[in-house]
Amino acid sequence: MSVPVSPAAGEDALGYARGYAPGRTLPLRVEIVRQFRRRRTLAMFALLLALPWVLVVAFQFGPGSNGGNSLRLSDLATAGGLNFAAFALSVSASFLLVVAVALFCGDTVASEASWSSLRYLLAAPIPRDRLLRQKLIVALGYSAAAVTVLPLMALLAGTLAFGWHDIRVPGTGEIIAATDVLPKFALVIGYALVSQLVVASLAFLLSVSTDSPLGAVGGAVGLVIVSSILQAVEALGSFREFLPTFWNTAWLDALSPQPDYSGMIKGVSVSVTYSVILIAFAFRRFRRKDVVS
Amino acid sequence: MTFPGGRRALTAVVALVLVVVGCLAWALWPSGKPVRGQDTAISVVDGPADDQRVTLDATFFPPATGGKAPAVLLAHGFGGSKQSVRDLAVRLAGRGYAVLTWSARGFGRSTGEIALNSPDYEVKDVRQLVDWLAKRPEVRLDGAGDPRVGIAGGSYGGAIALMTAAYDSRIDAIAPEITWNDLADALFPDAGGNGPINGVFKKMWAGIFFSSGGSGLAPDGGLDAQGLAGLSGPSGPAQALTPQQVQCGRFLPAICDMYQTVASTGRATPEAINLLRRSSPSSVPDKIRIPTLLIQGQRDSLFPLGHADANARQIAATGAPVEVAWINGGHDGGDNEPDWVFDRTADWFDRWLKNGPGSTATGTGTSANAGAGTGTGTGTGTASTRTAGAAAGAAAFTVSRDGGRDPGTRQTVLVHATANGYPGLSGTTRTTVRLSGPEQQIANPPGGSPASISSVPGFGSLLRSGGGLGVSLDIPGQAAAFESAPLTAPAHVTGSPTVQVKVYGTGEATLFAKLYDSSGGPVAVLPSSLVAPFRVTATEEGTPVTVTLPAIDRTFDAGHRMRVVISATDLGFSTPATPAVYRIGLASPELTVPADPALVTPATGPAWWTWALPLAATLAAAVLVLTRRARPARSTADRPDLADVPLVITGLGKRYSNGEKAVDDLSFRVERGQVLGLLGPNGAGKTTTMRMLMGLILPDEGEIRIFGHPVVPGAPVLSRLGSFVEGPGFLPHLSGRANLELYWQATGRPAEDAHLEEALEIAGLGAALERAVRTYSQGMRQRLAIAQAMLGLPDLLVLDEPTNGLDPPQIAEMRKVLKAYAQGGRTVIVSSHLLGEVEQTCSHVVVMHRGRLVSEGPVDGLLGASASSNGSGHRLEDVFLDLIGESR
Repeated sequence: MSVPVSPAAGEDALGYARGYAPGRTLPLRVEIVRQFRRRRTLAMFALLLALPWVLVVAFQFGPGSNGGNSLRLSDLATAGGLNFAAFALSVSASFLLVVAVALFCGDTVASEASWSSLRYLLAAPIPRDRLLRQKLIVALGYSAAAVTVLPLMALLAGTLAFGWHDIRVPGTGEIIAATDVLPKFALVIGYALVSQLVVASLAFLLSVSTDSPLGAVGGAVGLVIVSSILQAVEALGSFREFLPTFWNTAWLDALSPQPDYSGMIKGVSVSVTYSVILIAFAFRRFRRKDVVS
Repeated sequence: MTFPGGRRALTAVVALVLVVVGCLAWALWPSGKPVRGQDTAISVVDGPADDQRVTLDATFFPPATGGKAPAVLLAHGFGGSKQSVRDLAVRLAGRGYAVLTWSARGFGRSTGEIALNSPDYEVKDVRQLVDWLAKRPEVRLDGAGDPRVGIAGGSYGGAIALMTAAYDSRIDAIAPEITWNDLADALFPDAGGNGPINGVFKKMWAGIFFSSGGSGLAPDGGLDAQGLAGLSGPSGPAQALTPQQVQCGRFLPAICDMYQTVASTGRATPEAINLLRRSSPSSVPDKIRIPTLLIQGQRDSLFPLGHADANARQIAATGAPVEVAWINGGHDGGDNEPDWVFDRTADWFDRWLKNGPGSTATGTGTSANAGAGTGTGTGTGTASTRTAGAAAGAAAFTVSRDGGRDPGTRQTVLVHATANGYPGLSGTTRTTVRLSGPEQQIANPPGGSPASISSVPGFGSLLRSGGGLGVSLDIPGQAAAFESAPLTAPAHVTGSPTVQVKVYGTGEATLFAKLYDSSGGPVAVLPSSLVAPFRVTATEEGTPVTVTLPAIDRTFDAGHRMRVVISATDLGFSTPATPAVYRIGLASPELTVPADPALVTPATGPAWWTWALPLAATLAAAVLVLTRRARPARSTADRPDLADVPLVITGLGKRYSNGEKAVDDLSFRVERGQVLGLLGPNGAGKTTTMRMLMGLILPDEGEIRIFGHPVVPGAPVLSRLGSFVEGPGFLPHLSGRANLELYWQATGRPAEDAHLEEALEIAGLGAALERAVRTYSQGMRQRLAIAQAMLGLPDLLVLDEPTNGLDPPQIAEMRKVLKAYAQGGRTVIVSSHLLGEVEQTCSHVVVMHRGRLVSEGPVDGLLGASASSNGSGHRLEDVFLDLIGESR
C-alpha cells in the first residue's frame, strides 16, 4: 500500500463529481460484458448451439423412416432443414427456452444482490430505474439471442444433414415452397420471442424481489409448469385462453398452408399484457426497496 | 434473512393462489337445484283399429322454474331408450320446460313392437302422451286438452317429431335432428333421380338399422349418431327366443318380412316403398305447418343433407317458419356439437313456445302466430318469420365449418357460418368447373368384391383421423376419374354439385359417383366420405345420366383439383354379383357447383380483448410506475450554504420492520479534512446509517445532505461518495482488475478520472489482480473493495470496518492511507467497534448507542473531557464505556 496523492477529480457546476451524468451510467456494453463471461451464460449458449446437432445425430441413429406415411411433426423432422428447424423449435420452446429465458432474466438482479455488488452499483450511483432498465434490456437481449440461436443453428444443422427442401406441413403433408416459408420462419421466431416475454418479466420481477437467483429462475419456470398443467384442464373452458402459456404453440399456425394468425395475435396480446404489468411491478418495487443485501 | 418484501411476496402468491382456486371453484361448482324425474308408466292404445294396448315407460321432469311451463317431448334415437336423453331432459327442465321422455314402443321397458314411426302406432302413442301432458298441472295450456308443447329428438326421435307434427295439430314447434324425409329414399337412394324403386340398397346401414332394433336388446345410446359403438353394449338377460323372435326381434312382423325380402334381393319392392313411406314425412307433404328447426349432419351417409333439404322445402311450402343447420357430425361420426345443438334447440323452443304466439291472444302481425295452438296449427307468412328470426338473432341457415385449430389444445374447432335464408342444395349461385378425362373402362368384380370404400357405417368415427381425412379407397380398374385443372381461386361448395356422365355397355349398371378434393398430394380427400349411388341401364351408344353428387360444404383451395370418380362398387351398398365391364365418359365436361356466398362466418377477427387487454395493462403499468416515484426528500432544494460541508445529518430515524428503532433522531456534521470515527457497539445503528448515506435504504424521518444535496436513492451527488459497507461485493467470475475497470465504466465517468493505478496500489494485490475474484482470500477482497471505494478519489470516503481481515502491517498501512487521504481536503468516515483503531486513525469521533447519538467531537476533546470528569484514564475505551453507560 502507498498513499494516494492525486488531487480530487473535483466537482462540476451542479456539485456532482466531474464527468458524472446519470444518463451515462451502466452502459449496455458494460452490462453485456459483465454478464457474458459468466459460466452459466456460456453453458446455456453452448447447450443451445449443441442441441440441434445432438438431434441430428439422434435422428441418424434412430430406426429408418417409417416410409413417410406418418405426418407428425416429429416424423417430418428429417424432411429438410426447415422441417428440422420447426421440429427443434417445437421441442425446445416448451421447456428449454423457458429455462434459458428465465435464467437470463431471473438471475440478472438477484445475482448482483447475492454477490453484494448491487449496493456498490447503486451507490456509484446508478439511478435505480436506469439500473433496472439497462439490466432488463441486456437480459432480454440475451434471451432473444437464446431463442434465435437455437432455430438458426437447427436450420443450419438440418440443412447440412437433410438438405434444403420445401417444408412439409404436418397433418396434411402438403408442401410449401421454402422461399415462401422463410419469411414466415422469421415471424415464428419473433413470436416465440414474444411468447417468452411472460417468463422473462416474471423472472425479472422475482429477481428484483429476492436475493436468491435460483429462486427467481425456479419461480418463473414453476409458473410455466403450473400454467401448462392448468391449460390441460378442459373444464376451464375459455379461462384457459388467458393462461400465459396457452398460446405458446400458436406459431405452428403460421407454417400451415393457410396461415392463421388469430391465435398468434391473441398470444401476443396475452403475453404483452402480463409482461407490461409484471415489469411495471418490478420497477415500482425496486424503486422504494431497501437494499439490505 | 427475512425482509418485508419477502413476506409481501408470499402474501401476493397466497392471494393469487386463492383467486385461482376461487375462480376454479366458481367455474366448476354445480349450479342450480337438481331436477328430479318422475318415472311413470303411461298406457296407450294404438294400432290401425285402435285395439292394441301398449305401456310406455316414461319419465316426467317438472320445470325447474315451477309454475306452468311449456312442455317438450324428448324422443330417443333408434336402439336407445328414454335413458339416452335423460341428460338433455334435465338440462331442458332446468331451462324452464316440463319435459317428458319415453321409450318408444319396442324399445327399453316399453311394450309393443317397433313399427318405424308409423302413423298407426308410434304417432298414436305420442298423441296420447300429449293428452297426458295436457292433464299435468305443471304444463301450460293453449286450450282445453291442448298443451303448449314442442318435440325434439335425433334420428328415429326426429322422425317421430315430424310425423307427430303432421298428425297432431296441438304440437307448437319441433326441432328434429339428423333424421329422414323419406325412409325409402334413405335406404334405396338413386342419385340419378329415378326414385327408390330404382335405388341402390344401402345394405350396411340397413343391416345395422334393422339388427339393432331386431335384437330387441339394444343398449342405451342407440343409433343416434353413435353407430356400432352404441350397439356393442352388454346384452340383456338371455331368454329363450322363438325363431320368429330371433329373426325379427321386436319388429312388427310386417316390417320384418319387408326387410327380409328387400335385403335378400337388394332391390326395393313397391310394397316395401309404401310401407317405408308411411313412416316418412314425405308422405304428409302439406301437413307439417309449425315452426321447425332442422338440424342435419354433414357426415351422415345414412340420412344425408338431402333429407333435411326435402323436409325444409316441404314445410316451408306451407308457410311455416323453417330454419336449417348443418352440423359437423352425423351418423358417421365427427363432432355432433351436443352443446351447440342443445342451445340452438332450446333457443328455438324459447322463441316459439315461451315467448311465442300463444302468449298474445290477439296474435296479429307482430310476431308469427304459427302453430298458435288453437287446434288448427295454421302457418304464417314468411315475412313475419323473418321478423321473428331477426328478433331472436338466429339465422335461417347455419353451417358448421372448420375453424382451424385451437392453439392451446391443438384440437380442431368449429365456427358457425350463417345466412339469412336457406338456399337449398342447389345454392344461391352456381358455377361450372370444366372436367376432362378420356372414356375409361371399369369392371364390376364378380361377387362385387373387393369393393371401394367411402365410409363404413358405424365405424366412421373410428376410421376417421383427426385432420378430417376420410378413409376412402378406390380399387384400380373399378373406377373412372375425371379431373379439373388446378383451381385458380378457392372454390366454396355448399350444396350438391351435379355432373353428367355417359355409361356405355350393356345391361343394368350400379355405379357410385364421388367428388374428391385433390391437392396433388398422396391422398385425395373425399369430403364427408359421401358417395352418390345411381343405377342406370347401359347402352352401347352411351346412356346419359345427370348425377346429383352428395351435398357438402367445403372449400376447395386454389391449386387443388376437383376430381369426379365413378366407381363400380362401394362397400356400404349392395352391388350386382355378376361381373361386367362398362365404359364411362363425360356427357358434358361441366361440373355444376352450387355455392351460397351469403353464408358468412361471424367475424373471427381479433376478439375485443386482444387490443383491450394490452392497452389496459399499459395504463395499469403506467399508474403503477408513476404513482410510486422515489419519495422526494423532505426539502428537495439544495442548500448552497452547505455546499462545502461533506455531510450533515439531521434528525435521522429508521425503524426495522418490527417497529424497533435502528436509528433514532441522529444528527451530526462532518467538515472537510476530518477523519471521522463512527463508533459504537454492534447493533448501534452504524451500518444502517451508512446504508442510508449511500441511498440504499430510505430513512423514515430526518435527512442526510452531502455537500448540501439531499441524499435519495441514486442522488447524483453520491458520485462524490466512495463507499465500502458491510463487506466487498464483486463479480466472482471476473478478475480483480476487470471488476474495478467495469465498476468504473458503470459509473459512466471518464476513465482518466479513475486513478485506477493508485487504487490498485492501495489494494496491493500484485499478480493476483489478474485472477478471478472467487479465488481471493477474505483480506484480498477487503483490500480490493477499499480500492474500489477510492476509485476516482471521492471527496467523501465511507468505510465500514475497513481493517477487518487485515493483518497488523496492513492495518498500520491503512491508517496512514486514510490520514493522508483526508489531508487533501477530503473527508473520511470510518466506522468501527475497535476503539484503539479509532483512537489512532481519527481526528473526530461520533459515538452511537442503540441508534442514538451519545457523543461527538474531536477525539482529543472527548478524551480530555472524560479525563477531567472522572479522572479514571485517557483511553478512549474507558470513555466509550462510560458514554454508553456500561462500566467494566
